Amino acid sequence: MDINRIDKIIDKYQGDASALIQVLLEIQSENHWLPKEALERVSEKLEVPLSRIQHIATFYKAFSLVPKGRHEVHICMGTACHVRGATRVLDTVEDLTGIKPGESDLDLKFSLETVNCLGCCALGPVMEIDGKTHGKMSPPETADVLKSYE
Amino acid sequence: MARLNSPEELEKFRQEVVSKRDPNTPCISICAGAGCIASGASEVIAAFKAEIEKQGLKTDVADTKETGCPGFCERGPIVVIYPEEICYLQVTPEDVPEIISQTIKEKKVVDRLLYVDPTTGEKATHESDIPFYKNQERNIIGNNIHIDPKSIDDYLALGGYSALVKVLSGMTSEEVVEEVKKSNLRGRGGGGFPAGRKWEGSRNAPDETKYVIVNADEGDPGAFMDRALLEGNPHSILEGLIIGGYAIGSHEGYIYVRQEYPLAVENVNIAIKQAEAYGFIGENILGSGFDFTITVHQGAGAFVCGESTALMTALEGRAGEPRPKYIRSNIKGLWERPSVLNNVETWANVPLIINKGADWFTQFGTDGSKGTKIFSLVGKITNTGLVEVPMGITLKDIIYQIGGGIPGGKRFKAVQTGGPSGGCIPEELLDLEVGFDELSKAGSMMGSGGMIVMDEDTCMVDVARYFINFLTDESCGKCVPCREGLRQMLKILTNITEGKGKAGDIELLEELSEVAGDASLCALGTSAPNPFLSTVRYFRDEYEAHIKEKRCPALSCKELISYHIDPDKCTACMICLRKCPVEAVDGGKKKIHIIDQEKCTKCATCFEVCPSRFSAVQKISGEPVPAPIPEDARTIVKKSKEK
Repeated sequence: MDINRIDKIIDKYQGDASALIQVLLEIQSENHWLPKEALERVSEKLEVPLSRIQHIATFYKAFSLVPKGRHEVHICMGTACHVRGATRVLDTVEDLTGIKPGESDLDLKFSLETVNCLGCCALGPVMEIDGKTHGKMSPPETADVLKSYE
Repeated sequence: MARLNSPEELEKFRQEVVSKRDPNTPCISICAGAGCIASGASEVIAAFKAEIEKQGLKTDVADTKETGCPGFCERGPIVVIYPEEICYLQVTPEDVPEIISQTIKEKKVVDRLLYVDPTTGEKATHESDIPFYKNQERNIIGNNIHIDPKSIDDYLALGGYSALVKVLSGMTSEEVVEEVKKSNLRGRGGGGFPAGRKWEGSRNAPDETKYVIVNADEGDPGAFMDRALLEGNPHSILEGLIIGGYAIGSHEGYIYVRQEYPLAVENVNIAIKQAEAYGFIGENILGSGFDFTITVHQGAGAFVCGESTALMTALEGRAGEPRPKYIRSNIKGLWERPSVLNNVETWANVPLIINKGADWFTQFGTDGSKGTKIFSLVGKITNTGLVEVPMGITLKDIIYQIGGGIPGGKRFKAVQTGGPSGGCIPEELLDLEVGFDELSKAGSMMGSGGMIVMDEDTCMVDVARYFINFLTDESCGKCVPCREGLRQMLKILTNITEGKGKAGDIELLEELSEVAGDASLCALGTSAPNPFLSTVRYFRDEYEAHIKEKRCPALSCKELISYHIDPDKCTACMICLRKCPVEAVDGGKKKIHIIDQEKCTKCATCFEVCPSRFSAVQKISGEPVPAPIPEDARTIVKKSKEK
């Protein structure tokens, strides 16, 4: 990620160290992951030790320290989806992509994450790919949806 | 837009806004909440806009409004047409031309889009006729369908910010605190601590700098009422927060909102900009001399940050770990200053209490719990959605009258309230009145208002394992009883659901629960054993069946069940054979199907696709799978004539 872009994000928060999480969130949202160089730059500019940044980047679920696939698959594991069979949807995705939650496949096509609740409980079980919600998923439908992504 | 510098200017402006609006002009309100958007509301909105233009209607003849969530998510996308208040459900873009030409132009109702009562078959034209809505008391969420959350004028037209005017122009900060205390408003986020007392503590604290905070880190899975409020009516929360700031003498407010709710973040940021432009936030608000700013802070995905002290640590830009509460955070909170933290719904109640008075508020509810509460009713329930009910209503009324009962003719088993650290309430206790103390007594809690309904197919051991797994994952790791205790509990519970449970497991779990409950640092840990404790209290037999008989009574735990095709019922229709993803079904035309247990991954596809008139695929647990019938008996020969 371009260092000037990182500086711009930091400047937006006037270099305030309490905005550390907000800065990391913006980098994550633009770049989809946090490269080491970015973290070093943030550490230098906000005058926060790298160890503390590492602590935050690993503590919160929103951050990733490894590159993400082209398509981000989120399986909702909220209670409502769970009782309606979310585990079966997750199993299907794991089988088809060969990756577990938190991983990306080798050619960086898919990244898989579980989320706690997407709040569309009426549509459960829910799978979200790149922000698009796919509701009332069964294992065969899950497979069909996954196949439609290139 | 010019700044409004006094209450008089605001009232004058409000009159202008109202006078420009003809209540008889048709207005098409379309829910643009996250639930309906997921069901395709965006396409419906686009279709309405295109159709209005296509049919040559001007905006003074028909206008559209993208509103917040009215709660009936099950039947989204929802469209309500005013002034007649005609409610259409599950609207698709294809329905739009008909709605415009029939309802808007001809004033005729499109029958097929109305709600049909499943028991009586009667249709309901108006929103208020639908049983789901009829039995609610929608003080807070009711305005959502009338407001475009991106328009402050919509909020003003409904009397918005009049509570702020009342406070700034005629009430001292003591009076505001007194009114909230008198209302006995208790925290809607889970703890149920009286808001007025919290405010009073902060108000009386000697420190000059104080903070007010909105906790919008709604992390409970299956709960989304705070999101609906923030997305649908953000100004009501801002108004509550400003009033709170005035009451305790704070000039800085924070809204901590989960990053998983992008629409809520967007709408609340827009609302703040608009309120700043009108002069409701900033310096010298409405000429009163009171200054107040609001900052939005996005969470980064950590359930524990919903805990008050952890949230404040996160606001400071650090990892959100809780701290011991020897001194309450309303005395020493954010940056060590007095900080009042309340949940979204609590803040949304404040303008109502100020405007209508504590006496109005206390007419709803029970002795200990006043007002109304929004619940998100989800799981195995006919009408999934958000419901706002007076405290004291029974669980039965919520689930059956409003929720429409359990779908598919299944039997109710339990309702889980209070989020991951709440508990499961069984059928015998359905007459329980909903309130903070009542739910705690039953071994559960109010929590933020998630209500997950479970039917006979839900395994209670698995539910306990699910929640403990969730909490193990979300434990911040600071204290040992929570970090290590939960991990051990999860291990034992997982063993039980996989058929590896042994005698003494339940007792060991009870012991671990006691330690975690007594010795954890924050509420996440102390309440974490609740899912286990409440399920073992009411469903001990299920635990015992798993441990002793290696049987899952709900036929849900994968490792304990097998799928089997009943040879007497199988008609060799080949449906399951074709659908099986691992080719575990053997058979053919007129050849009874058999599942190869070695190949079967127990994905349940065959069970689901087998037509209900045959119901040949069965789940078996706790007993061996019957041996496959001999090869020569598998051919189906005109059975009916043999008899």
